[in-house]
Amino acid sequence: MKKSVFLGTVAAATMIAGMGMAQEGSTLSQVKERGELNCGVNTGLVGFAAPDANGNWAGFDVALCRAVAAAVLGDASKVKFVPTTGQTRFTAVSSGEVDVLARNSTWTYSRDTDLKLDFVGVNYYDGQGFMVNKELGVTSAKELDGATICIQTGTTTELNLADYFRANQMDYTPVNIDSNAEGEQQYMAGACDAYTTDASGLAATRAAFANPENHIILPEIISKEPLGPAVRHGDNNWGDIVRWTLNALIAAEEYGVTSRNIEELVRSSENPEVQRLLGTTDDLGAMMGLDAEWAKRAILANGNYGEIFAANIGEQTPIGLARGLNAQWTQGGLLYASPFR
Amino acid sequence: MSDTHAETVSFVRDTMLPSAPPPATQAGAVHWLRENLFAGPINTVLTIIGALIIWFLFSHYWDWFAHSVWNANSLSECRQIILETWGEGARGACFAVIRERWNQYVFGFYPPELYWRPTMAAGLLIVALVPVLFSSSLTIRRAVLAITAVVTLACMVALGSPAIWLGFTAVVMAGAIFASERNLSWLLPFSMLYPLMMIWFLWGGSAWGPIFILAGPVLGWVAWRLLAGRAPMIAVLAGILVTLLFWLFLSGPAAEDAQRLLPMGIEAVRSDRFGGFLLSVTIGVAGIAMSLPLGIVLALSRQSDMFLIKSLSVVFIEFIRGVPLITLLFVASLLLNYFLPPGTNFDIILRVIIMVTIFAAAYMAEVIRGGLAALPRGQYEAADALGLDYWKAQRLIILPQALKISIPGIVSTFIGMFKDTTLVTFVGLYDPLKSMSDAVRASIEWKGIYWEPYIFVGAIFFIICFAMSRYSMYLERRLQRDHK
Amino acid sequence: MTDVSASAHASFRPSMLIYDRRYRSLTFQVIVFILVMAALWWLIGNTISNLNAMGKSFDFGFLFQRAGYDISGTPIPYTGNDSHLRATVVGLLNTLIVSILGCIAATILGVAVGVARLSKNWLFARLMTVYVEIFRNIPLLLWILVIYAVFTEILPAPNAYRGDDPAWSMILFDHVALTNRYTAIPTLGMDNDPGSLDLGARVTVNWATIAFVVALVGGWFVRRAINAHAQKVQDRTGVRPATLWKNLAVMILPSLFLIWYFGLHLLPPALKGFNFTGGLNITNSLVVLWLALTLYTAAFIAEIVRAGILAVSRGQSEAAFALGLRPKRTMNLVILPQALRVIIPPLISQYLNLTKNSSLAIAVGYMDLRGTLGGTTLNQTGRELEAIVLMMLIYLTLSLIISAGMNVFNSRVKLKER
Repeated sequence: MKKSVFLGTVAAATMIAGMGMAQEGSTLSQVKERGELNCGVNTGLVGFAAPDANGNWAGFDVALCRAVAAAVLGDASKVKFVPTTGQTRFTAVSSGEVDVLARNSTWTYSRDTDLKLDFVGVNYYDGQGFMVNKELGVTSAKELDGATICIQTGTTTELNLADYFRANQMDYTPVNIDSNAEGEQQYMAGACDAYTTDASGLAATRAAFANPENHIILPEIISKEPLGPAVRHGDNNWGDIVRWTLNALIAAEEYGVTSRNIEELVRSSENPEVQRLLGTTDDLGAMMGLDAEWAKRAILANGNYGEIFAANIGEQTPIGLARGLNAQWTQGGLLYASPFR
Repeated sequence: MSDTHAETVSFVRDTMLPSAPPPATQAGAVHWLRENLFAGPINTVLTIIGALIIWFLFSHYWDWFAHSVWNANSLSECRQIILETWGEGARGACFAVIRERWNQYVFGFYPPELYWRPTMAAGLLIVALVPVLFSSSLTIRRAVLAITAVVTLACMVALGSPAIWLGFTAVVMAGAIFASERNLSWLLPFSMLYPLMMIWFLWGGSAWGPIFILAGPVLGWVAWRLLAGRAPMIAVLAGILVTLLFWLFLSGPAAEDAQRLLPMGIEAVRSDRFGGFLLSVTIGVAGIAMSLPLGIVLALSRQSDMFLIKSLSVVFIEFIRGVPLITLLFVASLLLNYFLPPGTNFDIILRVIIMVTIFAAAYMAEVIRGGLAALPRGQYEAADALGLDYWKAQRLIILPQALKISIPGIVSTFIGMFKDTTLVTFVGLYDPLKSMSDAVRASIEWKGIYWEPYIFVGAIFFIICFAMSRYSMYLERRLQRDHK
Repeated sequence: MTDVSASAHASFRPSMLIYDRRYRSLTFQVIVFILVMAALWWLIGNTISNLNAMGKSFDFGFLFQRAGYDISGTPIPYTGNDSHLRATVVGLLNTLIVSILGCIAATILGVAVGVARLSKNWLFARLMTVYVEIFRNIPLLLWILVIYAVFTEILPAPNAYRGDDPAWSMILFDHVALTNRYTAIPTLGMDNDPGSLDLGARVTVNWATIAFVVALVGGWFVRRAINAHAQKVQDRTGVRPATLWKNLAVMILPSLFLIWYFGLHLLPPALKGFNFTGGLNITNSLVVLWLALTLYTAAFIAEIVRAGILAVSRGQSEAAFALGLRPKRTMNLVILPQALRVIIPPLISQYLNLTKNSSLAIAVGYMDLRGTLGGTTLNQTGRELEAIVLMMLIYLTLSLIISAGMNVFNSRVKLKER
């Protein structure tokens, strides 16, 4: 009751700013009622999530949001991207400002438990690395004793770095930076000897340099960084939807379902697993409140995991990341979608 | 007499000499130089230091500016052009980034086909401000209105505005020029209505929302009229109550129903499309428009005799002034959801505007309080002696004078607030200075371009803020009633 | 008619709550009070239910957990193994350092520029006007970013100092090295280290520092005594004994003695490994923030000073000249005391602004209060409500302390009305 009175109070303001709010019930029903998915993304990390000159978002994380929107709402364009900083991202999830956070966030114990988030899976297996200028003559992170290291604040990398240097009894001076763009600037100008962040980010940064061959990424990976989408703790059905959308994209690659051959497979596939996934036999979608074709739409939005990877961060793009750990388990990677059954 | 005089005085001038020109050192350029640049050793040293500073800046940066490139699609292309035109080792500015990303800097991510809407909103904003800003001078008014009309319409045509809105703008402009020639007060209703219109132009959506919001005060006025004859005090209360209740419970559903029955509206644009200077100006204008009245109310409460009111406003003002704006913005982005009922989620731009407004209002309150305190006691006593009640005295005697005294302070608060709109970058909004420039630099073409965006954004801020401060000086002179 | 008014005085009717001026303000206050309390109750109620719904609590226990992150530039010893509380204190100290340095530098620069704007020198006065207008009308954030960019792009990496024929060389007789990471300055070394006083919590103060402070403060008191004595002699005999040399002696000699006694000398920084060591490396984020805050605030202070001096009417200085005061004494005895009265209040708010603006340290990664408590700590623990409330309270306290201190000073220079 109190609530409706307040909503009245802000109604004027609401109208003025032309936005809707007032949500109750499950996240799924909220999203459906709203007609769009609120997705928390990075404020700008090329390859993962960045707006172009017209404000169209693109990237690896963005593609996941679009797939979820396609599965839930039937339209991959019905996504509102909420740029979040390292500071605001988790609050945005727990307060309900975003329905899903796809902002290359590391799945850690305390975030999953204490911060009341639910990480629903891993869409990129990463690890923290170092990039240095070739001229320094450093070939191993163990030689970085006494170095000045650029590091983004508010990330797990900050803690990993401290742990790593302490464990190896080395000294370092951190240069705290606010954004990846600033880190690049500092590193390029030589304000720090090494730049540390997730290895994928390092590769992306290095790829964009005028002369990438002058910079090397050191072989040591000092941490495990499973990056994945997170949802609010407590709404398990919504968590399932995001988790299985991700699984559907991964499974689709495993079974060879791509955005190009999907229509054909719907008609002709004899593989029962593919049939279940695409909703031609069992109605798996109904179990989580969606229709039968949810996974088909999710895959159609941007293609399967492999296609998304190739289009945004793969070796053909300027980012040029190899699949590595992010290959299917059949290819020696870690991607292993649970069975659709 | 004349004889003796002639004998005792050896020489008497009987014709006046023409006045001779002053000696060379006392006139002309030399005199000016001696007086203004080389008067004494300290002065000479200062002149030399000044000249050195100018020479240093010129010699270090002139070539960079002179070699500016305005037409290129990427930083490497820019460098190539500089290399080809000016030879090896030459450096130059690459302002091509501004040209190429102009839309992004000005409109953010606003849909390109709708760029005419913010343009129209800005043009009409100037029209709405004319009766407030330039009420005294017909010449200035003519110039401002003519330029605004021409520029706005030209821009709208260039941006592909639909004919109906072009016509609307033309009619408003023509009406404004007519009103400005005949009777400026005809424009005031437009100025009063404009804030609502501007919000609608920018965000779009159903036209019924603003219409029903407008209906609130109209109904309130009707209620007041009906009761005014019998019980004036109750009538005022009833008017306010009717307005509020209408807004709270009826306007929303009514607007929805009306939209269903008779769809009427323009394409809605969501807040996340706002960015660049559009965002800064939107926040700035909204903050300015709301912080002044709020500041006046706070200042009057602080001067009030009522203990409770006074203490509440003191606590509020001191609290807001005691914390940095950036923490208030963090409250807006991180904490507001704790304070509101679960599931409420309101627009981040609106949250930021509210925070910026209360921040500016607290400063404004102190400025206006200074003005109130500077007013001679006699003015208050004269108002009392005339038998004016509190509100009449404030409205007719105290506030006009107090606000006049406070103009410089008020305008510097506005300027400060407008500059502070850049801080929204820290809560994930795309301000032109940091976020937008970072976004531009994130693209492969413009990676590594630092100075040019800073210079461009700084120049725009400088022009706007400098214009505001000059206007306040003009206003001060215009309102000068006493003789000095 | 008379009946009605008589009865109105005699008895109380509810309508009087609105129409009677005696009660109206009371009614109004009660209504406002109820509304404010209701709003507060509503906000707090929401917060509690939201916290419950998220399964979070409102407690400051996180301050005593291990922080785990490192901070560049720590005024007191700090490692990642310390608690978040200590990180907060480090942040607070960093905020204080940059604010105090900024206030001092901005005052000096601001006064100089303000006076220079009034100078008769056409060129210099114009230059200063340009400086003031440019800095006042462009956002501080831009200045911070620009100066940061200047420091990182134009100054060399420490590497440039390496080798037999380095690209850059140290300045001030090989004592100071400017790099794009930090400014390396010499530290003080002692041959005769007296040891340190342990203040607890791993904060130590060297006895030599204490000795210097005692010597300076003592010298200042002795100087006051000497001057008071001179004043007395002057009152009695009309002749003021020369105090200049005595004053200089008591101020300087003890310090000179201490320098000799402790064997104080400079330890210049030297390039070793990746970085300069041996000296003190002041991180650029501090220098940049300090410079930007100084330049920005000084522009405002210059205007305040100029307005203050112009506010003293010409008649005052003419009167002083008529009394036969020389220009210097006119300035000290007539103009300044009056100008200060106009200058001080806005100056206080500039100091407050500077302190609050120091929270823009976020843009250069300077770990101030907002960077530690409101930044990394908030992020690692997810305690945004507690962290931000605590941060606001600390800033509020700082502001109140500054304005209280300055108000005391203000009341001392205020015109004494009798």
